[in-house]
Amino acid sequence: MMKNAVEVRDLVVRRGGREVLKGIGFTIAEGSVMGLLGPSGCGKSTLMRSLVGVQQLASGSVEVFGEEAGSKALRHRIGYVTQEVSVYDDLSVTENLKFFAQVLGVDGARIEEAIAAVDLVSHKDAVVGHLSGGQRSRASLAVALLGDPDLLVLDEPTVGLDPVLRRDLWKLFHEIAERGAAVFVSSHVMDEADRCDRLLLMREGVIIADDTPERIREKTRTDDIESAFLALVEGTGDQAGEMA
Amino acid sequence: MNPRITFAVATRVLTQIRRDHRTAAMLLVLPCLLITLLWWMFKDTGGGVVFDRLGPGLLALFPFTIMFLVTSVTTLRERSSGTLERLLAMPMGKLDFLLGYAIAFGVVAAVQSALAVLLAVGVLDLDVQGPVWLLTVVAIADAVLGSALGLFVSAFATTEFQAVQFMPAFVIPQILLCGLFVARDQLPTVLEKVSDVLPLSYATDAMQTLTRTTSTGDVWQNVGVVAAFALAALALGAATLRRRTP
Ligand SMILES: Nc1ncnc2c1ncn2[C@@H]1O[C@H](COP(=O)(O)OP(=O)(O)OP(=O)(O)O)[C@@H](O)[C@H]1O
Ligand SMILES: [Mg+2]
Repeated sequence: MMKNAVEVRDLVVRRGGREVLKGIGFTIAEGSVMGLLGPSGCGKSTLMRSLVGVQQLASGSVEVFGEEAGSKALRHRIGYVTQEVSVYDDLSVTENLKFFAQVLGVDGARIEEAIAAVDLVSHKDAVVGHLSGGQRSRASLAVALLGDPDLLVLDEPTVGLDPVLRRDLWKLFHEIAERGAAVFVSSHVMDEADRCDRLLLMREGVIIADDTPERIREKTRTDDIESAFLALVEGTGDQAGEMA
Repeated sequence: MNPRITFAVATRVLTQIRRDHRTAAMLLVLPCLLITLLWWMFKDTGGGVVFDRLGPGLLALFPFTIMFLVTSVTTLRERSSGTLERLLAMPMGKLDFLLGYAIAFGVVAAVQSALAVLLAVGVLDLDVQGPVWLLTVVAIADAVLGSALGLFVSAFATTEFQAVQFMPAFVIPQILLCGLFVARDQLPTVLEKVSDVLPLSYATDAMQTLTRTTSTGDVWQNVGVVAAFALAALALGAATLRRRTP
């Protein structure tokens, strides 16, 4: 039995006066790829921010490797890609990675590996601001890979990428998970669901399903996650209530 | 605090400035052009007396004003682009971040003021009684002060427009009251008291003392006050940097 990398209990988060996460709980096992799917504005980014410890919580708890999320000891062990491209536009890909590598205190050799992993070798000396949207988000992803994190939190890392690259990146996420790390990936592209070991479906700050993609489809008697999601929302799925 | 990380931030900021040729050129050339303009304005009146009186003050103003603007906008960009959020999720201390910025802009200020001082003293015949290198030290203290205040106010701005508006709010009153236009002891009492708590007054005092006398005791005292203000602003800046945001 795998240990849990993340344990979330009764998490409530308020932003701008509204309850954005309404008392959610779930766990992420080490060595697995957990997907987080839900419509725009349902609270995915807020949940990811809570996991890395940059979100103020109203109540509930978020534990990562047995410690409170955001505590000092965890900062070396988490790789985080924010939804916006969070690298410096006026620096080259390599310069960006060099900077973050120094901050993390990791070996310079990791820089080349991270660039290769996101397939940016041919653009490594290009200034990030001159890259395409997909290339920029890959540069941002490369930063998260630098420190060999035990928990990788990725907020929509595959937006705007072509199918080949998306397949390669999902392969990479699974390789990272096979080495024992937990990977938490959000997306609002429902067709990426089947690439996850396990899925959280979320809607308006509530988790409406937490299971493997196969079982979610089975239980809702649907063929794809998009229909499953609709079935759960409309309560037409066979045991939709039970899964919440 | 970790020297490796502080150094990483400082070198990164310097690389960014070097990359942006236009900004780099403005940072270095603009003060020289403005000081030349001042010299030119008074070239035919008063035989250099006015330039000798205003020049040092201007040398104190540039690093302060420019660094205030540059820092408030760059840190705001850092807050809104998500890079700050990412850094704070990493093993980065708040002081590493702030000191890294302060060091980088201190270095820029050193080069900037060295150029402006060389031009003013060497070419435009600004009359300086005290050691010329001390002018540069005062300018660096000013620049660090400007950076520290810029870092602090950037926490209260949500857009770059707002950040730029802090310049008339925070900087221009200090310029008016620092003793450049009216000697501080000739200001109305209330304004004199106000000018006593504004850091730029001490920077201007330091510069003006340097041009008048060879003794440096007062200058160091004023530099000390400016440095204390800078440290206080950095501490306030650290307090506004929150790892967890709403
Ligand atoms: N800085 C903020 N201040 C106040 N409210 C916010 C803030 N950021 C997000 N919200 C609100 O919180 C809710 C959840 O936002 P969040 O960014 O977590 O959604 P999301 O699921 O990631 O959406 P998307 O798929 O579009 O990225 C939204 O209703 C949004 O309006
Ligand atoms: Mg989001």
